[in-house]
Parts: sequence; structure tokens; C-alpha cells
Amino acid sequence: MSEHIVSRKIYFAVFGALMLGTLLTVVAARIDFGPFNDIIAMTIAVAKALLVVLFFMHVRYGSRLNMVIVVSGFFWLAVMIAFTLSDYESRDWMPRVHDPNEPASVHR
Amino acid sequence: MATSDTMHTTHAPHSSAHTALAHHFDNMEQQREAGTLGMWVFLVQEVMFFGGLFLAYLVYRTKYPMAFAAASSHLNWKLGAFNTVVLICSSLTMALAVWAAQIGRERRTQLLFMGLTALLGTVFLVVKAIEYTDKWHDRLFPVRGWFAPAPDAFPHTIAVENIQMFYWIYFAMTGLHALHMIIGIAILLPIMWKAWRGAYSPEYYAPVELFGLYWHFVDIVWIFLFPLLYLLGAHFGGGH
Repeated sequence: MSEHIVSRKIYFAVFGALMLGTLLTVVAARIDFGPFNDIIAMTIAVAKALLVVLFFMHVRYGSRLNMVIVVSGFFWLAVMIAFTLSDYESRDWMPRVHDPNEPASVHR
Repeated sequence: MATSDTMHTTHAPHSSAHTALAHHFDNMEQQREAGTLGMWVFLVQEVMFFGGLFLAYLVYRTKYPMAFAAASSHLNWKLGAFNTVVLICSSLTMALAVWAAQIGRERRTQLLFMGLTALLGTVFLVVKAIEYTDKWHDRLFPVRGWFAPAPDAFPHTIAVENIQMFYWIYFAMTGLHALHMIIGIAILLPIMWKAWRGAYSPEYYAPVELFGLYWHFVDIVWIFLFPLLYLLGAHFGGGH
């Protein structure tokens, strides 16, 4: 199992895709898609990041153990973001109970 | 690995092995894989480190969407886009530097690609410095006593404290990113010195490869920072 040497052709293809993604990001941001502006921008960013990780950073050609480390890192990031946002987003769903011992400034 | 048994029984790998092979590894292949894994563990830690700031951004952005759009419109998206292109180019040159060492190209080729990477990194930092200076002159540096944007800079319906929060996050995230770039260039220079002395070959190029991983990671952070910070208000007709 020797190391894989990625050809220059692949590097230039990835580079072209990253440039195209940047152009698309800028163009899409100037058009009003309503709530989809964020989704479009983040989809392109994730695709660009994936290209960099898989090809420039050689994860596609690396060991499986390495792949597990990479995926687990992004998995815990997703857990952190999902749990925290679900907390913030759901705070107003419950009726607010007035606690006389709690200072008023705690409430938003 | 098929060769590891013979390595253990003969116990004399070092006489014929590469001088860069540390004594606790059986062979260069094992050393290289351990190094890559270690670098990725570090980068995963970096993901969590930057992740905390991305999370702070998301929480405040959902809370103050209009303030964030207005404050974002005040950033110079053309400079941000230019810097995105600069960083992607530097990632390509870094990937080619690794490639040059991997296939044993002469040291001049390795140095050319590493030099271009360092140069593009410096261009990025210069543009960033220009942007920071602009924000400083517009009194948008979010420190108490300094933050005092012109009265007509932002819509009056938006609380100025929320604009300030955007700039806190903008300076924290781009500042931390720029610090990573400065550290990256500082690490690249001694690697270039060793490349000049002919240290890297197809048998041993781990420092180039591992530095490449770091550099690409810093590029990825910017790939997310650019749309999240610069392009929020673009479709409201804002921007420069």
C-alpha cells in the first residue's frame, strides 16, 4: 500500500471547479431567492470544501482510519450546531413562567 | 503490512533506511501514515475551534437578521471575492508543491510552488490589512469608545448595538483566520529553506505534505467565511 500520487490534471480540474463555485456564489448572492439564498450559498461552500478535503488533502486516497477521524470531526461539529440552534430556536415555544426569585433581566 | 515481520526479526532497518526515519517506526510508510493521522487529529480540533465562532455567528444572525444583512453590505465584497480567488490559487500551488516533492522534481520546482504559495498568502494578508484600515477609518472597530459609525451609514431602524455585534464576529473570525495565515507563512519559510537544501524526495516529503493539509484547511475556513460575512446583504441592493 504505497501512497497515491494525484495527477496534475485532477488538481487543475478541482481548481477550476473551485473557481466556478466562487463565481456562482457571488452571482447567486445578488439575486433574491428569499430563504433559499442561504441554502444555495452553503450548498456551494460545502461542495467546495468537500473537493478540497477529498482531492487537495488526499483524504479520498488515504487510509480508512484517517477517513474516520475526518468524518467524526465534522459529525461532532454538526451535533454542536444542531443541538445549540434547536435550543435557541425552541426557547419561545414554552409559555414563560414567572419566577419571582429570578431577576427580570434574564428574560429576553 | 507484509514487510513488518521481517523488519522485526532482522532488527536492522536503520542501516539501509532513510535518515529521516524515526527509531519508533518500522518504515517510512508507517511513519508517513502516523504523521498524516496526527495532523488530521489536530485539524479536527481546529474544526471545533473555528466551529465555536461559526456557531456564535449563527445564533446572533438568527436573532438579528436585518442588522447582519445591513452590516454585511458595508463590507467590500469585491475585496472578499478577490481574496477568495487568491486563496484558492494558493491551495493549487501548495498541492503542486506536494506533487513536485512526491514525484521527485528538482528542488527549484518545489521552491517555485512553495514560494508562490507564500506570496499569495502575503497578498491575501495585505488585502485584509487594507480592509481593516477602511473599517478603522469608518469607526467600525467594535471596541467601546471606538465604535461610532456615521449616522447615515446604516438604516435608522436597526439598533447600532446589533451592527456592532456583527463587527465583533467579523473581526474575531477574520482575525483568527488571518492569524492562521501568518503562522502558516512562518512555518512555510523554514520548509522552503529545507527544500532548498534538498531535504525532500519521493521517500521523504512529510513536512511538505502535512503543511499542505494545514494550508488547505485555512482555505476551507475562508470558503465559508466569504459568503457568510460578505454576501448577506447583496440581494438587498447593498454593497459597493
